Amino acid sequence: MEYEPIIGLETHAQLLTESKMFCRCRADYAAAPPNTLVCPVCLGLPGVLPVINRRAVEYTVMTALALNCSFPEHAKFDRKNYHYPDLPKGYQISQYDLPLSQNGWLAVDSPGGPKRIRIRRVHLEEDTAKLFHVANQGETYSLIDFNRAGVPLMEIVTEHDFASVDEVRQYIIKLRAILRYLGVCSGDMETGAMRFEANISLRPKGSDKYGTKVEVKNLNSFRAVLKSLQYEMDRQARLLEAGGQVKQETMGWDDAGNVTVVQRSKEEADDYRYFPEPDLPPLVLSREWIESLRARLPELPDAKRQRLVAQYGITPYDAGILTGEKALAEYFEACAARHPNAKAVANWITRDLLQLLNSTNTTIEACPVTPDSLAQMLKLLDDGVISSKLAKTVFEEMFKAGKGPEEIVAAQGLIQISDASQIESIVEEVMATNPRAVADFRAGKEQALTFLVGQVMKATRGRASPALANEILRRKL
Amino acid sequence: MKLTVDQVRHVAHLARLALEPEELERFREQLSAILEYAEVLQELDTQAIPATAMVVPLENVMRPDQAGPSLPREEVLANAPQREQDCFRVRAILD
Amino acid sequence: MELFELTLHEASDLLRQHLISSTELTKAVLGRIEAVEAKVKAFVTLTPELALEQAHQADALLAGRAEPPSPLTGIPMALKDIICTKGIRTTCASRMLENFIPPYDAIVVERLRAAGAVFVGKTNMDEFAMGSSTENSAFYPTVNPWAADRVPGGSSGGSAASVSSGGAFYALGTDTGGSVRLPASFCGLVGLKPTYGRVSRYGLVAFASSLDQVGVLAKDVTDCALALQVIAGYDPNDSTSVDTPVPDYHRGLQGGLRGLRLGVPKEYFVEGMQPEVAAVLRQALDKLSELGAELREVNMPHTGYSLPAYYLIAPAEASANLARYDGVKYGYSDQKAEDLWDAYARTRGHGFGPEVKRRIMLGTYALSAGYYDAYYLKAQKVRTLIKQDFDQAFKDFQALVVPTSPTVAFRLGDKTGDPLAMYLSDVCTLTANLAGIPAISIPCGFVDGLPVGLQILGPPFAEDLLLRVAYAYEQATTWHRQRPRI
Repeated sequence: MEYEPIIGLETHAQLLTESKMFCRCRADYAAAPPNTLVCPVCLGLPGVLPVINRRAVEYTVMTALALNCSFPEHAKFDRKNYHYPDLPKGYQISQYDLPLSQNGWLAVDSPGGPKRIRIRRVHLEEDTAKLFHVANQGETYSLIDFNRAGVPLMEIVTEHDFASVDEVRQYIIKLRAILRYLGVCSGDMETGAMRFEANISLRPKGSDKYGTKVEVKNLNSFRAVLKSLQYEMDRQARLLEAGGQVKQETMGWDDAGNVTVVQRSKEEADDYRYFPEPDLPPLVLSREWIESLRARLPELPDAKRQRLVAQYGITPYDAGILTGEKALAEYFEACAARHPNAKAVANWITRDLLQLLNSTNTTIEACPVTPDSLAQMLKLLDDGVISSKLAKTVFEEMFKAGKGPEEIVAAQGLIQISDASQIESIVEEVMATNPRAVADFRAGKEQALTFLVGQVMKATRGRASPALANEILRRKL
Repeated sequence: MKLTVDQVRHVAHLARLALEPEELERFREQLSAILEYAEVLQELDTQAIPATAMVVPLENVMRPDQAGPSLPREEVLANAPQREQDCFRVRAILD
Repeated sequence: MELFELTLHEASDLLRQHLISSTELTKAVLGRIEAVEAKVKAFVTLTPELALEQAHQADALLAGRAEPPSPLTGIPMALKDIICTKGIRTTCASRMLENFIPPYDAIVVERLRAAGAVFVGKTNMDEFAMGSSTENSAFYPTVNPWAADRVPGGSSGGSAASVSSGGAFYALGTDTGGSVRLPASFCGLVGLKPTYGRVSRYGLVAFASSLDQVGVLAKDVTDCALALQVIAGYDPNDSTSVDTPVPDYHRGLQGGLRGLRLGVPKEYFVEGMQPEVAAVLRQALDKLSELGAELREVNMPHTGYSLPAYYLIAPAEASANLARYDGVKYGYSDQKAEDLWDAYARTRGHGFGPEVKRRIMLGTYALSAGYYDAYYLKAQKVRTLIKQDFDQAFKDFQALVVPTSPTVAFRLGDKTGDPLAMYLSDVCTLTANLAGIPAISIPCGFVDGLPVGLQILGPPFAEDLLLRVAYAYEQATTWHRQRPRI
């Protein structure tokens, strides 16, 4: 039988605030030694009280706006009660029945055309501490670093709207781009700034019944999400095919083993005993506040993509690549403002530049070639100062040395030879050393000309203008 | 509302409290008595009454996103029952 | 008269006139503690070195000036051991925190330090403030200075006993359901629970967050006003702290009772009330009328539901507040356990005393799946009704006058076997916590040589009015001048 998956996704995104969610410790713990960004509040000492970080609320609202969410009249924080060594207070301050926002959507492409993945809620909570598991001479234990405890964590929950792993893939790419456009989350999965939990069930294709849901936790990379979902689809399909039943359980993704493993079955389901956080008064999101935040939203990826196509006449495909990162799109627009041929600009960025950035692991923000330099190089190309073949070499050199194109062209003597008399003498030399080809051409073999042009290029180390060499050869022959 | 020993045991598990058998029984009796006493609340019709979780009429209490100093690490770890290197140490977590 | 018998304001006046030094006062108080502590057991931790050092600093400060920075400068005082003090262990009278030394000061402690207060020690209490007799201390019960066989009330029993016995000129306590007022009443003191949000809770170890408030135990109303002045006021560290001006409480004491309408809700004169206590209270109410107040009966129909509502809400919040004690970051930690979860359960099972465990269990149950609506949510709705009773009453009356406790101090051990009987001690006090309103208990007579308290309840932020009523009554009576013989 053929099965189709029904998938829902929860995304946890750490917010790029200066301080933590409920205290003033710095939130950027990436480079901090263990337990150095910790205060009585985020350590959960007796007697401490939380105070809401305004920027974290604003970032959440901005994200919710970008995801087309609506806002309840008032929101509140709740205590989610459970014990774990990474949870200093024995409860997490989270949001239960009145989250900051709900009922939004994000569009992905599906076989049937654009499809809206519904967003159930976007809410705010606090991150937990980091545990390190140690196995030392037969002893196993854990070490705790509380630097991460209390970092603002935004949770974005979808409805069970994904019908394929590919839709999940698109959703994550788009969501990440939005978060990065907004500047609210780094989107770095390898550092844990973006983490996922999924739930997945299968049903026979075409059926409208729901199968038994399995939750998959501990998805800390893009790859883990896609691999684990594919793995679960296969596992559940095999199980159903064999006449078995899927059990409602919580699985963890084992990244090394490439398998999901059972963490907990339904019988021992948690009872979180949510209740309103008595230490924090409710939040009332006034229209004015929401509108002022809406005004702060940048142009978002989908809108930007459409505009680039319309404004610059580039392909939707190129526009899609260029708008994958806000900074890349800005780079493109800066170049396009300096050079009339936007298509050529898009080509150079989406092919040559991205390739160089990727192979050297450089971000667009740190790109050594300024938009101005790229525009200058394209002008040299247009003016025939360099050949298109040389342009690649020049560009690579610009990237490597961080210098302008003219400087490189001059230093390396890469200026195209456009002096007819100079080329004429080389043509004569080439004709003298290749009598066979000359004869072939005169006998009507057109390809012989290509060979001869190639020889001219070779003799000039590529600097001869191919058009001129061609013209002179024809004349001489 | 009379609690069963199993219910008391379940609650003790949720609260992560190790209780001796006689404590379980004593709590069963005492909690049952208190809950029975609390039954009187059911006399009141509260269908249309909103809940009061907080008595102060405050809303939108927030602070600006400005970082401040953290504790010196030695103070963070000063009360740690078990520490290793610069971290708190706990037994292995077996789910 | 001994120096330790002075009131705060009397001692402060003498300091200001340079007739005595803070060091002399402090030594007198430390001497008194040494003499009576074995009997009273008011303290968990004494800090004589710190006190003398602070006294020394206060003397230096006082020497240079005609006017000290605060009436509290150089005055020895005591802190309930649930208020965090940097570098001084803060136990909450629990095995769990027996060796816990906070790396920070509570905001009230910061304010007291800034005012030049002298800290003589941390006072005994019911473990995590859960109790009405101070018998739930993990260390030892405190004894009522008025009678060696009686409880001082709770949970701030150590604070009350220390002030009553001359071991401190005033003390801070905390009041979640009557924990300042009940011991004040049992020990013949003035005890004030401010409006929820009036005093910062930052650094007060949480029992029930929506009910907790730091309060003052003092020898008279003037002292209470002076101490409140220093600890009251907005604190950005406490999101439930209200940013409203703090009036001059001392100046507000004058003004009398003429023309004030005081309500007397009959529901507080509960069944099982000691008749002699009721009689003393009637006399106190008559006195208030005599002084010009207009007293009238008022109905507060939901009063009877406050005790069960309270004993669901407070334990529910407590169950979360006390979840952090797991032996990982600080505090007692069982090292014999086999695995992590066993360690958690044993740490908590052994680290907490029976009453604390009982309330954690009760609160956990009230919040658990399937019972939340019937217990926790129901109680929060009833809380609304109780609050509405007060809102209604305060439309007609400026304040309400009621008993603080249906009985005088009971005997040690009398109620330890019956939690429900113990909970009933709070029946007259916990309504103020549920409604978040201020309340004060003042001495209004004696029954069998034991003090009786009169409680005055007011609308939010009417501390000045409560103090004014209390002061008028106090000026017309002598009960507050009585001291126990130990």
